[in-house]
Amino acid sequence: MVLDCQHVWREISAYIDNDLDEALRAEIEKHLAHCRHCAAIMDSTHNVLVLIADERTFSLPAGFGERLQARLQKEIER
Amino acid sequence: MDTTANQAAPFSSGDEKQLREAALIRRVNEGERELFYELVRPYERNIYLAAFSVVKNEADAEDLAQEAVLKALRALPGFRGEAKFSTWIISIVLNEGRMRLRRDRLASFQSIDEKPETNDGGDYTPAFLTDWREIPSEALERNEVRQILHEAIASLPEAYRQVLIMRDIEEMSIQETAQALGLTEGTVKIRLFRARMMLQKALAPRLQSPSVGLYERMREFTKKWF
Repeated sequence: MVLDCQHVWREISAYIDNDLDEALRAEIEKHLAHCRHCAAIMDSTHNVLVLIADERTFSLPAGFGERLQARLQKEIER
Repeated sequence: MDTTANQAAPFSSGDEKQLREAALIRRVNEGERELFYELVRPYERNIYLAAFSVVKNEADAEDLAQEAVLKALRALPGFRGEAKFSTWIISIVLNEGRMRLRRDRLASFQSIDEKPETNDGGDYTPAFLTDWREIPSEALERNEVRQILHEAIASLPEAYRQVLIMRDIEEMSIQETAQALGLTEGTVKIRLFRARMMLQKALAPRLQSPSVGLYERMREFTKKWF
């Protein structure tokens, strides 16, 4: 099986999640080894996901916990 | 002889956590309602992000998160433990958010719910790059980079944004994401694929190595002189 670029893009998400069978994964890796475009797309997708998963990207607003606890307390005392 | 392999704890840390949660739930339901915050505290960030995935701005997300937690407190006696407590409370946040959107007439009907969803790539082609230099995580110290990430996520259609936030930011499993959103795992995977492709397309060119911008600037500069 020889994969074209479009086939590789369709599997990027499953590849990142390690949700592919071994044969397909090996084919994708073979393709990435010689296709600079797909390798850049894979790397950039992976990097974007690493950045958005970083806790600094979406941190809780300061004082969130205190305000939530106070609101709960008010509800409980009603 | 190494005997550590034979000394496995009877419960994994996940089991212990669930047992602790079950005990807390029982106590809250028996009247110790002030303990509810202890139950919720480990999931504060998940609850906030689930709310953010619906309303897209910080102030509304906090308000929605608080309302949903109050609702969860009232609904706790009905919690049967079919899903994890975290998944259950997140589905309450999402439902509350959807109700609020409907009430405020802000909801735009998403046609993607009506079309069969396939993993065919469709229009979701990635941004083409010939070279990619990794953006170091230190870049997140800059507000500008965080702002670019927030904008790109906020610009995703709601159905894709929710799946992406749960899976890639809250790091929930495919199964948990599907449970919280009331979707099949297949639909979650397809939406996740599309969301990731959209995000790559929106972000990769903007986050690409600063040297690209520098090169463009140098070219403009040299054009002026030669």
